[in-house]
Amino acid sequence: MIRKRLQTLGEYLILMGRTFQRPERMRMFFKKYYQEVMNLGINSIGIVLLISLFIGAVICIQIKLNIQSIWMPTWTSGYTTREIMLLEFSSAIMCLILAGKVGSNIASEIGTMRITQQIDALEIMGVNSASHIILPKIAALVSFVPILVTFSVAAGIAGAYCTAYFAHIITPTDLTLGLQHSFTPWFFWMGVIKSLFFAFIIASVSSYYGYNVKGGSIEVGKASTTAVVSCSILILFSDIFLTQLLST
Amino acid sequence: MIIVQNLNKSFDGRQVLCDINVEFLNGQTNLIIGQSGSGKTVLMNNIVGLLQPEAGHILYDGRDITVMSKKERTLLRREMGMLFQGSALFDSMTVLDNVMFPLDMFSTMNYKERKKRAQFCLDRVNMLEAQDKFPNELSGGMQKRTAIARAIAMEPHYLFCDEPNSGLDPKTSIVIDKLISDITHENNITTVVNTHDMNSVIGIGENILFIDNGRKAWQGSNKDVLTSDNKQLNDFIFASEFSKQLRQDIIANMQ
Ligand SMILES: Nc1ncnc2c1ncn2[C@@H]1O[C@H](COP(=O)(O)OP(=O)(O)O)[C@@H](O)[C@H]1O
Ligand SMILES: [Mg+2]
Repeated sequence: MIRKRLQTLGEYLILMGRTFQRPERMRMFFKKYYQEVMNLGINSIGIVLLISLFIGAVICIQIKLNIQSIWMPTWTSGYTTREIMLLEFSSAIMCLILAGKVGSNIASEIGTMRITQQIDALEIMGVNSASHIILPKIAALVSFVPILVTFSVAAGIAGAYCTAYFAHIITPTDLTLGLQHSFTPWFFWMGVIKSLFFAFIIASVSSYYGYNVKGGSIEVGKASTTAVVSCSILILFSDIFLTQLLST
Repeated sequence: MIIVQNLNKSFDGRQVLCDINVEFLNGQTNLIIGQSGSGKTVLMNNIVGLLQPEAGHILYDGRDITVMSKKERTLLRREMGMLFQGSALFDSMTVLDNVMFPLDMFSTMNYKERKKRAQFCLDRVNMLEAQDKFPNELSGGMQKRTAIARAIAMEPHYLFCDEPNSGLDPKTSIVIDKLISDITHENNITTVVNTHDMNSVIGIGENILFIDNGRKAWQGSNKDVLTSDNKQLNDFIFASEFSKQLRQDIIANMQ
């Protein structure tokens, strides 16, 4: 059991060693990088906005209706909503969602390339297949994730305002007051820094599982499930360490 | 010329290739024939370096791929073209982009020259009209032809084809076989083809290696095949009653 874990870790590190090598042709790298930004980043904006909008609204409603009482300051709901979005939701939880969407996409795409011998074809041409396929994916996701974090925070706050303007659960003035109450910019940067690590985990770990598929379509399906589960667990664990590290 | 010396390969203790010695000649279509599961694909993957043999040497015009550093091997691979059993086209790219890919990666030509070269190769295999299609819009034979065009784009010295006509109808198979054979002679390539198709054996086999259960059982040309009295070979090539009869008629005619 432990030996197998260590072996997986070793294989993963070797693959990363092959991945982080200078691309043969920078022009081809940027072309693939652009495609991956479209495929992994731009295509994820919709789901991130949707989920963040609703979670922002729901947190605001929950706090206002179920937690806030008359002896608490009026800014409590807005303040709590902002801090939850900034500190955890827009980084860790959003990346968990991305792990499901992007991770399974990466693992099944690379897995299919493996079983249809497209990876062998690259190797025969003398292309470093790991670097050619995986590096643009990692670069694209890591460089795009701060934008997703920003969108998520913004959508969460927009969701909170929806509860004020459309559902009249909280007055907009109270909400604005709460959202602006003792704002620490560092919290936003903390979310961004954490998300960079999570994005790296998602792209590299799912690539590893896809790249090492052996067999047929059933194994591709399994690899994509394993990739999502492993990414999620790793994100949760590293979240604890990163949060402690960045908060002290 | 490719020389294989004392090649051995096993998986989990099961010997799949046993002491293979063979030479593949320049400017000829060299065939590896044998039953399904006899080890043809494993042999070819060892030769091109996708698998590592336990013992033996593989010399590409004197250069031994089994002892090469990664870098030397990468350079040698730019002289190789390979046609995979499932074509292995990049399904996110059009036919033209597939053929241009090796040129984009390695050649020093500008865009116009690369496109011209790719279109020349596509024209050679009669696929120019379909250049803007994606691989999943093509029939099996068209995919194979595209893969041939991609394999010859960099003007390889060595061409490898794993079962180029598996899953194709007999007529399309003959077209593919003829393409491979013609391209080999035009460009003086060392071509190695895996096949279990009798038509290919008789049609294009200039130098045939027959492997049975991972062992070299026979070697010769397509003319020798008809007259050979090797029992395993005859059982394999002339498997049906009809072809057995045919063989006897041919031999009777010769005498
Ligand atoms: N990666 C592998 N692991 C274990 N056994 C393998 C592997 N690849 C091939 N074999 C075995 O080697 C034998 C030869 O296979 P192969 O070369 O694919 O046959 P074919 O002549 O049909 O191409 C088969 O019995 C197969 O089960
Ligand atoms: Mg085979």
